Amino acid sequence: MADPENAMGATTLRYAFGNVLSFFILLLIGVLAFSIRLFSVIKYESVIHEFDPYFNYRVTQFLTKNGIYDFWNWFDDRTWYPLGRVIGGTVYPGLTLTAGTLWWILNSLNVPLSVETVCVFTAPIFSAFASWATYLLTKEVKGAGAGLTAAALLAMVPSYISRSVAGSYDNEAVAIFALIFTFYLYIKTLNTGSLFYATLNALAYFYMVCSWGGYTFIINLIPMHVLLCIVTGRYSSRLYIAYAPFVVLGTLLAALVPVVGFNAVMTSEHFASFLVFIIIHVVAFVYYIKGILSPKMFKVAVMLVISVGLAVCCAVMAILIALVASSPTKGWSGRSLSLLDPTYASKYIPIIASVSEHQPPTWPSYFMDINVLAFLVPAGIIACFLPLSDASSFVVLYIVTSVYFSGVMVRLMLVLAPAACIMSGIALSEAFHVFTRSIKFQLPGLLGSSQVDSGDASSSTVVAQNDAGKVEKTEDTAKERPSKKNKKKEKEIVDKPSLKTKIEKRLLVLPLEASIFAILLLVLLGAFYVVHCVWAAAEAYSAPSIVLTSHSPDGGLHVFDDFREAYAWLSHNTEVDDKVASWWDYGYQTTAMANRTVIVDNNTWNNTHIATVGTAMSSPEKAAWEIFNSLDVKYVLVVFGGLVGYPSDDINKFLWMVRIGGGVFPHIKEPDYLRDGHYRIDSQATPTMLNCLMYKLSYYRFVETDGKGFDRVRRTEIGKKHFKLTHFEEVFTTHHWMVRIYKLKPPKNRIRGKAKKLKSKTSTTTSTKRSGANKRNPWH
Amino acid sequence: MHIVRGSTARHHTHTAMEAPLGARLTLALSIFAFLSLLTTAFSQQIQILNAERRVDLTSHIVRVFLTLKVENTGTAPATEILLAFPPTQVDHLAVVKAQAATGKRKKQTYVPLDVKPTELPDAPNGTKYFIISLLSPLNSGETATLEVLYILTHSLEPFPAEISQSEPQLVYYHDSAIILSPYHIKQQTTFIKTPTAKVESFTRVEPTNRVSTELKYGPYEDRPPYSFSPIIVHFENNNPFAVVEEIVREVEISHWGNLQITEHYKLVHTGARHKGVFSRVDYQSRPSFSGVSSFKHLLARLPPRVHSVYYRDEIGNISSSHLRTDNRKSELEIEPRYPLFGGWKATFVIGYGLPLQDFLFESSDGKRYLNFSFGCPLAETSVDKLTIKVVLPEGSKDPSAVVPFSVEQRLETKYSYLDVVGRTVLVLEKKNLVPEHNSPFQVYYTFNQIFMLAEPLMLVSAFFFFFVACVAYLHIDLSIRK
Repeated sequence: MADPENAMGATTLRYAFGNVLSFFILLLIGVLAFSIRLFSVIKYESVIHEFDPYFNYRVTQFLTKNGIYDFWNWFDDRTWYPLGRVIGGTVYPGLTLTAGTLWWILNSLNVPLSVETVCVFTAPIFSAFASWATYLLTKEVKGAGAGLTAAALLAMVPSYISRSVAGSYDNEAVAIFALIFTFYLYIKTLNTGSLFYATLNALAYFYMVCSWGGYTFIINLIPMHVLLCIVTGRYSSRLYIAYAPFVVLGTLLAALVPVVGFNAVMTSEHFASFLVFIIIHVVAFVYYIKGILSPKMFKVAVMLVISVGLAVCCAVMAILIALVASSPTKGWSGRSLSLLDPTYASKYIPIIASVSEHQPPTWPSYFMDINVLAFLVPAGIIACFLPLSDASSFVVLYIVTSVYFSGVMVRLMLVLAPAACIMSGIALSEAFHVFTRSIKFQLPGLLGSSQVDSGDASSSTVVAQNDAGKVEKTEDTAKERPSKKNKKKEKEIVDKPSLKTKIEKRLLVLPLEASIFAILLLVLLGAFYVVHCVWAAAEAYSAPSIVLTSHSPDGGLHVFDDFREAYAWLSHNTEVDDKVASWWDYGYQTTAMANRTVIVDNNTWNNTHIATVGTAMSSPEKAAWEIFNSLDVKYVLVVFGGLVGYPSDDINKFLWMVRIGGGVFPHIKEPDYLRDGHYRIDSQATPTMLNCLMYKLSYYRFVETDGKGFDRVRRTEIGKKHFKLTHFEEVFTTHHWMVRIYKLKPPKNRIRGKAKKLKSKTSTTTSTKRSGANKRNPWH
Repeated sequence: MHIVRGSTARHHTHTAMEAPLGARLTLALSIFAFLSLLTTAFSQQIQILNAERRVDLTSHIVRVFLTLKVENTGTAPATEILLAFPPTQVDHLAVVKAQAATGKRKKQTYVPLDVKPTELPDAPNGTKYFIISLLSPLNSGETATLEVLYILTHSLEPFPAEISQSEPQLVYYHDSAIILSPYHIKQQTTFIKTPTAKVESFTRVEPTNRVSTELKYGPYEDRPPYSFSPIIVHFENNNPFAVVEEIVREVEISHWGNLQITEHYKLVHTGARHKGVFSRVDYQSRPSFSGVSSFKHLLARLPPRVHSVYYRDEIGNISSSHLRTDNRKSELEIEPRYPLFGGWKATFVIGYGLPLQDFLFESSDGKRYLNFSFGCPLAETSVDKLTIKVVLPEGSKDPSAVVPFSVEQRLETKYSYLDVVGRTVLVLEKKNLVPEHNSPFQVYYTFNQIFMLAEPLMLVSAFFFFFVACVAYLHIDLSIRK
């Protein structure tokens, strides 16, 4: 044992063993991440979920069928009739290109998987990638142990599962991987100062821009971190290499994505990065000048630079402000504005506020989505300060900003989840490290010499410290001074940890019983987390939402497959060119599953168009008929849950239709539909409510089912029970009445129009003229 | 072996189509008038002593059982008997089968006879013929009894053509009261069986009478050749008019022990078109009055020992199906996503696996052959076009099919899991099928067992080279300077 070569061999063997072990652990984590997301396939079926994934699926089908060039030039005339939508230029193509490429590779290997299958399993595959990326990122921050823990946590964090179960084919599925991987490459560049990684970083950022609108988070967070490093005196050439090429290459690449285009340089979301780009150059220049000048000359130069720099800064600021002020929303898109000011959307843009995933989350949803991680995060933050490196300051910044954003929009909980996992991974790993080491020191019989101990300790933290140490050595002493100054300013936070680290080096040993007990508690905590995650994956987040199931009292499973029943009916029993009007929620599904043209869909780009449909739904029958007829609509689809108690039906969404409709067409007034501020559909409801199209289409002949017309969602008897439809006729109602499809009756013959009905006659003629004009429309 | 071929009838249909609207009757009468003058019919050496025809109209597939007692009145022995069909029927003719009754009354056995379509040079007004080859020539003065079954599809015309949800479905059936035949018929009777006693109207050709669900035309005595007397029966038929417009069955043979069948259906209700409102409340609360002609269940009869059955369409699984298996057969009861009313369509896919040893055998000459059922497994449906694709394993050679009726054949190549040279696909196509076509057919091919190992070996070597590459990469130092 004393032989140094032998000891060397032992340590290499240990390293090799450790590497192989972590490789297999990572492999298992990947398998775990993939398989925990398969509950939806096992419990339900291999099918695309919800709303947006259907659009992505349809785009992928188009891509695989027609190729990439047709995809870029795709003008979709089956949606937003009669406007249409330029898909190639308005979609984030990352997800579809990824799945399309996967499909293409598989098919060129003669593995005949359908596009649907590939789409269904894209999200689980990428969540495995995401957990590996988490490992890499956390390893860069705090060593391999923390990396493995964080990867395992991320593999099953409910928040991420909710967006990436098999079938949930949405942008976030690949974007979270891209986000973490971009951060990893940034940290990697920061730690190594390698231009190679900087280039990779720009490419990863490009992939992220392709994938998700959330890329603005990266392009704001990284500059923030760079600024933080500069302010805290941590500027180094590595920081410059990590940032400058990233901004230049990243912005150029981002501008290549059609949906971003010149936004990459023209909207306010990106200005922070340019500002920091200028600042880092100024700082770099200052450091350079400082290096070549004597201190005296330097002072003079500083004076000069400050005066010139101020002038330049003022000019740049003026230009920026002018640019920002010239754009109507002050350069910010509505969604981003609602991020900065959480009340913005509900005040100005009902269409953004109406989306359920844009609502602020509630406290229980934090517990539901990140569970025990919420308690581990503070510990992780503390661990990041022991010692504070460039990398750990980045993750601290990441968690702080993402906590803020998640508080604004429930959807952004997804961005918080990786940060929480990283922090908790660090916390757990550090805690285990401390406890196991104190146990080890107090069980001398079990382990031999201290030599082995030090080697053992090096396995996780010391590796990182070594890295950090190397880094520190390369830094020049002049740079360390200001950092110490800053540290002294923040005595409370930093001094304690720095003291602690000193004590730690002299072996901070906890009592044996306490350590064992604490480890047991931590294991229990982890077990609780696992149980919760599996439950969330199996019960809460695996329902595809187009198929509903309920358990009958005798244990049987009852399936509500009404949506697909209606879509299948539409696709087989209506004309190919028929237009179907429904609330925008069902637009994507109608185009994808029923293959019929819709008026509005989930890509809510045209508020007026949506308001038109909302107005039609809130108008009395005749007015609604005229609106729909002018839009060439042949069928109207409503979702009705009153018979089986399906709560997210159109009656419950109806106030949004009124609000959005009223926002553009002021004759629709929300108070008309409310009785004393309450939304009700029973006998107390207002006549406007009881006569509007949505009420009529939902409750048409509903009373005949049970004789009373008892609505199981609103738990009340409906207000107006017996009525006839004059301008619409029921053509299809699904088995559980969840989807009802009505056809617009053809306009009546003019012979019946007597002189007294002149008014209505003229209005119908104008509308027929209009529809005639529509038919000559090239988009028809 | 008998062959049905409907394609040659096209020219004659054309003449029928040229006739003005409602010309069927006039045309038929003109045939009658014309033919009664035509005394120079070809071989008048055969006459039919007694003909009995039973037309079964209970489903949408019309089955006609014809019993003919023929006598050779000529001098030369007769080897063939002709069956004549009007051109309008020939298009819809799915099956013509004939069998001869031999033996005494008690021990009567039936021997199937060969039936072939044929052309005669002087066929009056586009009459189409089928020729029945007798087993032994009928000598002068002898009699023989023939049983003929022919099946017609798309022969019930809904009238009114559009009905609302609450109305029953009424259909027309066109035929002739007198059997069209090139021979003199001494005595004949036609029985028409309707599904219910609700018959709106029927043409009377005396003597005609109706007893509940049965209409009797005849007996008619001594009718000359090519006699024709058009009749129309207008009656209620609410049976499901389920027609598979197109079915593609893919049978994939894997020598690892599985036979995978995938069937793509395009189903349509060919009854009276649904008009106006579909009200779910009526459909659910008054099932006996509302939508009586619609259907929502279908029964597929699958082979026994079927496993991993799925039933889905292009947008996912269809949850409404039940599978009952026993050791003789499997029954899959499926519901389309929505009830099918007249004119409504649905598409779906049924897939299942079967144990290979039940269907793949080795013939005496060393070839392997697949013995599988032709036709569509759905009960009581007619099929407009059926395509069977038999995907043979990669590396198999010399495919040949033995089908008990004429089909179109061609070869394709399909690339499936990790194929390099592709699998040979034998494609069999046939139009206008009825459940009577569900008879076994065989596909013979040669296959070398060693090809089974090709794909596993490929994977093994791919992984091997991958690991070798990894090992090599780890041991190569690519840095430019130390």
